[in-house]
Amino acid sequence: MKNLTIKQARELLDKKEISTKELAEGCLENIEAKNKELNVFLEVYDDVLKNAEDAQKVIDAGSAKELTGIPLAIKDNILIKGKKASSASKILENYRAIYTATAVQKLLDQNAVFLGRTNMDEFAMGSSTENSAFGVTKNPLDPARVSGGSSGGSAASVAGNMALGALGSDTGGSVREPASFCGMVGLKPTYGSVSRYGLMAMGSSLDVIGPITKTVSDSEILFNAIKGKDKMDSTSIEIERLKDSKIEKLKIGVPYHILDGDGIDTDTKKNIEESVKKLKDLGYEIQDISLPNIDKSLAVYYIVMPAEVSSNLARFDGIKYGLSVEGQNLLEVYKKSRGEGFGKEARRRIILGTYILSAGYYDSYYGKAMQARKKIGEEFKDAFLKVDAILTPTTPFPAWKIGEKKTPLENYLADVFTVAANIVGCPAISLPFGTTQIDGKDLPLGIQLMASHGQESTIFEIGKKLLGE
Amino acid sequence: MAISKEEIIKLADLARIEIPEKEVESLAEEMDSILDYVKTIQDFHSDDTQPKDEVKERLGVINIMREDENPSESGNYTDDVLREFPNKENGYLKVKKIL
Repeated sequence: MKNLTIKQARELLDKKEISTKELAEGCLENIEAKNKELNVFLEVYDDVLKNAEDAQKVIDAGSAKELTGIPLAIKDNILIKGKKASSASKILENYRAIYTATAVQKLLDQNAVFLGRTNMDEFAMGSSTENSAFGVTKNPLDPARVSGGSSGGSAASVAGNMALGALGSDTGGSVREPASFCGMVGLKPTYGSVSRYGLMAMGSSLDVIGPITKTVSDSEILFNAIKGKDKMDSTSIEIERLKDSKIEKLKIGVPYHILDGDGIDTDTKKNIEESVKKLKDLGYEIQDISLPNIDKSLAVYYIVMPAEVSSNLARFDGIKYGLSVEGQNLLEVYKKSRGEGFGKEARRRIILGTYILSAGYYDSYYGKAMQARKKIGEEFKDAFLKVDAILTPTTPFPAWKIGEKKTPLENYLADVFTVAANIVGCPAISLPFGTTQIDGKDLPLGIQLMASHGQESTIFEIGKKLLGE
Repeated sequence: MAISKEEIIKLADLARIEIPEKEVESLAEEMDSILDYVKTIQDFHSDDTQPKDEVKERLGVINIMREDENPSESGNYTDDVLREFPNKENGYLKVKKIL
């Protein structure tokens, strides 16, 4: 199981060297051995082996597709009909999905095998899974540290060899940051390239489902399986791979000016230098580029996102589904259900969003943020006329110790490099590159590559070369 | 620009969230520090001179239309939806009286 990739498993399955059942059992054994300590899965499904056997029949019949029989983990905010999906929240603790997310359906159509649902920050709000109503997910590489978030369980499931790949969701870095903290590959696809149907909404103009895998090749396999326009999501789009460009001529831009900001670890900066050196050796041209307003991204994000959160989470009211707390009248039912059902961070963001959208503040926060969002988008567009990809660190620092970050704002600053891709909607990938030594332990670092809308192929190509795939 | 406890209570009320008394103060402090950070956006000066209410238009936000028809056969999801109702009676969702 250790270091087994989706690509390798496919070969083994096709050559009949292993069965889907053995593969699933391998994952289940690792879950059994580690989940109690690490708290990665909130639930392991009871139909795993049955689904694995069904997948074996498909393989035996010679109709195997790329993901047939591959055991995957799924973040707890993505729906599978009939199965629980709680977004790691008390308010949905016993909720069972009544339909299946499009991205999941596409994987089920290939007879991929879902192992269980993974822990996360409640409603995907956080960078460490410390905001889960069901406890933190510990990092498989160092259990004293967080696995990142919000898709922390998904990243830890792959890093801990409990699944060969996982789905997460990324609103401001929630796939890339945990992937980086766990030494994995995390892709935030182009906004709209993967249907959001069946993904619980957090910030609808930012959300996208993305894969967490051990390799870039696996990331590409999962992305190709889940992408596509969907009539159930009117914001979804079809992306077409542009003609193969001459890879060795690709230019990579580095906005060096953003590395001058406060709170960025020295090792993180050094690591970017190392990656630049390696990319040059591989034949890429490196250019120093300027993104003048990128330093506004985090502020834009923490205005737009809570505004959308306060609207999207209005649906959880104790009436139609989820936790319902008895009260004297309807208003009291709402207030008690939401007060008891939502955790601290969800309540905080709803109230923040309510403030930002209230009369008198709307223009100075939301209005300004939308203007800046447009400007940042234009700057990225200009940059992508000059370079094919943009390189930054994924996070300003590696995985922190559980409980180390005390205030909400400290947590938010972890997103400083990742939010821009969500604000402009472009694809971005976090690649494991380099390590930093803290307390005698080597912790993984991540670097991020962003490309123009629909150009996932560019960052896959560079990523594969960089990681020697 | 400190947010008062009264404002927090008012916002929580608008958002239909009951907040424990002892949490109001810490929430006000946290909101202050977050707003203190995000208000840096107010230093952003757009070279755009158009009024802000055209923001949507300028962002190229468009409506995507479809025929107004039932996406699925009637009754397909009824049992599943009913199963999730916290309170129900004879196949109907039961709520407290509104008026």
